[in-house]
Amino acid sequence: MSVEIALRHEFPGFALNVAFALPQQGVTALFGVSGAGKTTIVNAIAGTFRPREGRIVVNGRVVLDTGAGIFVPPAARRAGYVFQDARLFPHMSVKDNLLFGWRRAPVKAPSAEIDHAIALLGLGALLERRPRHLSGGEKGRVALGRALLSSPDILLLDEPLASLDAQRRAEILPYLENLRDEAKLPMLLVSHALDEVARLAHDIVVVKDGRVAAQGSVFDVLTDLDLSAIAGAPPVGAVIAATVAAQRDDGLTALDFDGGTLFVTRLKQPVGARLRVRVRAEEIMLALEEPHGISANNVLAARVVAIGGGAHADVQLACGATRLIARITQASSARLGLTPGKPVFAIVKSVTVDAL
Amino acid sequence: MDSILTPAESEALLLSLRISFVAVFGALPFAFAFALLLARTRFPGKLLVDGLIHVPLVLPPVAIGFLLLLAFGTRGPLGGFLLHSLGIRFVFSWTGAALASAIITFPFQVRAIRLSLESIDRGLSLAAQTLGAGWWDRLFNVTLPLALPGIAAGIVTAFAASLGEFGAIITFVSNIPGETRTLPLAIYAALQEPGGEAEAMRLSLISILLALVFMTVAELAQRRARDAA
Repeated sequence: MSVEIALRHEFPGFALNVAFALPQQGVTALFGVSGAGKTTIVNAIAGTFRPREGRIVVNGRVVLDTGAGIFVPPAARRAGYVFQDARLFPHMSVKDNLLFGWRRAPVKAPSAEIDHAIALLGLGALLERRPRHLSGGEKGRVALGRALLSSPDILLLDEPLASLDAQRRAEILPYLENLRDEAKLPMLLVSHALDEVARLAHDIVVVKDGRVAAQGSVFDVLTDLDLSAIAGAPPVGAVIAATVAAQRDDGLTALDFDGGTLFVTRLKQPVGARLRVRVRAEEIMLALEEPHGISANNVLAARVVAIGGGAHADVQLACGATRLIARITQASSARLGLTPGKPVFAIVKSVTVDAL
Repeated sequence: MDSILTPAESEALLLSLRISFVAVFGALPFAFAFALLLARTRFPGKLLVDGLIHVPLVLPPVAIGFLLLLAFGTRGPLGGFLLHSLGIRFVFSWTGAALASAIITFPFQVRAIRLSLESIDRGLSLAAQTLGAGWWDRLFNVTLPLALPGIAAGIVTAFAASLGEFGAIITFVSNIPGETRTLPLAIYAALQEPGGEAEAMRLSLISILLALVFMTVAELAQRRARDAA
């Protein structure tokens, strides 16, 4: 593990006590409702918040150890921090903003990296502009580039999408995906939006009331029926790792996953490409017998694992080694007589395919 | 200018400008430091420091001149020390007039700079920190440039106030032609002589012109500072 975090701090009426680790690279989502302590954790990693007790190791370097009296000041931490409100320097051009951290990095990234980051984040046309002439999405991309070019050991993303409307969000998400796929460093994404987490993260740490309530891969945690209890958010659906198996003549692409095959409208990715498929809980219908003569392309044989209570019946399914989650009404669940272990057919109405 | 102004008039004008320039720019670093202290830190006695800085605003200038005379007179505690150890004399010298002006206009500078410092998003400084900028780095590359409109406003207000300073200067360093006789003091001197009204009027007109030129330049400078920020 490349990043280890352990923190304890008492605020009036709120105690923070967490310990978790991040892998060498890839996005780990720090998920929880507002006030759960997410930003405090990120601030502690950046060094702008000093916890009473804690130990933080980033890339083999101890940046905080209250027991040993180690506190590396934020300016020497090499933590690339992307703030929710971008915080670009208003008196500098986009270019000077981008290079602010680069110029101060102890080991500068080669200048080819600058051009690469500018291309990766689509900033070429903005370089001479002042931040006040940028849209919210553009500001977010500049903030990403600025943090990235400071040669950080870790990238901290504090709800970089939260202040943006749906359109700007859609504009910046692909850039975040590029960054995730190309940057060889651990990224911690603070979020309270599960769809964002499902799209970007490999791992998830759920924080509730200052404690880690669940952690693991998104493939497991997002199909956990207890998620609403631990995170205050209902499960939105499953995330499945898949591989392009074949491009068929009928205009469909076959995707293999651990438990079966999914057919989707033709993808441009070549055979063998690894993808992430998201299946929303509302997009799955259940049947006791294999249905015939229907328009849906995907009917998967599965087994009921568990059924959640509440207004809806969230049915956790096992399809081979893959977990799915279907949202049906309690009435439907009763009519079908669903019980754990019962074999069913999951009719998947639609899926969303993302880069893995 | 010599053809329009008499030698005594141009002398008073240039002296006014020199004294105000030295007073304002000499005090500026200290004003910035105090503004930073008041805007960014909390410490016991902050209210007292804030109050002391503002004392010249409410104290009669004559009283300030008198207190300066007591402190910086050649027999005063500070004046004696400065004269004997460093050879610096403030009384009856233009440097004394600059010192008096600096003290009187100090609150204007501190207030303007403090206001602009307080309006800067503290998050920018934090962002600079996470990008590897140390304290001085942040001061010179983030805080100072963003406070420029306030610094410009402070300079303008202090310079304007300094040009009109009378009471403290005449009490502390007297009214010596060519040394401490600034425009207001020259007007006063002209009025003390029989038939000096015409001269006083000429000097007043010079003051008005100076004020107009100065305010125009100041407005332009502030506009530029605003646009740059």
